Amino acid sequence: MNCGVIVFPGSNCDLDAYHLVRDVLKEEVTYIDYEERSLQGFDVIILPGGFTYGDYLRSGAIAARTPVMEAVNRFACSGGLVLGICNGFQVLTEAGLLPGALCRNDSLQFRCRQVYVRIENNSLPFTNKASTDQVLMMPVAHGDGSYYAPPEVLQDLEANGQVIFRYVDQRGEAVKAANPNGSCENIAGVSNRAGNVVGLMPHPERAGEAVLGSTDGLVIFESLRGYCKGREVLKSG
Amino acid sequence: MENSLQALGFAGVKGVRVGKYLELFLEAETREEAAARLKDMAERLLSNPVIEDYNYSLQEVKL
Repeated sequence: MNCGVIVFPGSNCDLDAYHLVRDVLKEEVTYIDYEERSLQGFDVIILPGGFTYGDYLRSGAIAARTPVMEAVNRFACSGGLVLGICNGFQVLTEAGLLPGALCRNDSLQFRCRQVYVRIENNSLPFTNKASTDQVLMMPVAHGDGSYYAPPEVLQDLEANGQVIFRYVDQRGEAVKAANPNGSCENIAGVSNRAGNVVGLMPHPERAGEAVLGSTDGLVIFESLRGYCKGREVLKSG
Repeated sequence: MENSLQALGFAGVKGVRVGKYLELFLEAETREEAAARLKDMAERLLSNPVIEDYNYSLQEVKL
């Protein structure tokens, strides 16, 4: 699996994502500058967390209009796998690659804690190694994480299986108390219609080693790795 | 904010919200051209139509 981690001005989880792919998964990974215009040769592009451009205007708004995002758009349109984490999720919605938007947390406060999310669709390249309704513990750290989409869009997302992660309690119930930011329908992460672009607010890359308190995030990267390996076998076969 | 205003004795205050106010200078030949470009900017960057509405006003200035 050949991963690219995009580095925008103000990204700060780029090192976490890079470390996880290189040192934990032992896979190929390269930093990609925000002015890069080609993403040839990559299997997976990760948009990391952070505060791109200081969250000026809106979280992710400026980063979504950088040159590399035109390349990400072409990469996604040709079926490439794109994972946006936290600020990366915000960038993908601002770029129009994912539906909806991330608003200020309903508490109006920054939320930095462990949360539980339930995998709502385990048929994607990002989740196919997870079991049905598997619950993952991962950290969130954001001020603008309240997922919003108009009611008709929410209906479509649910009907098409595009709600991929939902905030739940430890037992896997999507209760209000488990929702750290006031997201519609406890939505923590969504995909595009084709299922090759996924964004989520929690940080799977910070839940990949026991020393960090959870290894639950690994299932997402293991799924991606399995999917990419399968694709290589198909190509060579 | 609402609580603070009420604490200061401003009765009947409801639905306080914070928005954004942006100012920019724009070189244009006509008001119509300025308005068209401003709308384009508002829709492509300055506002997010999923969660925001916008309105604008134009003021002619000599630079």
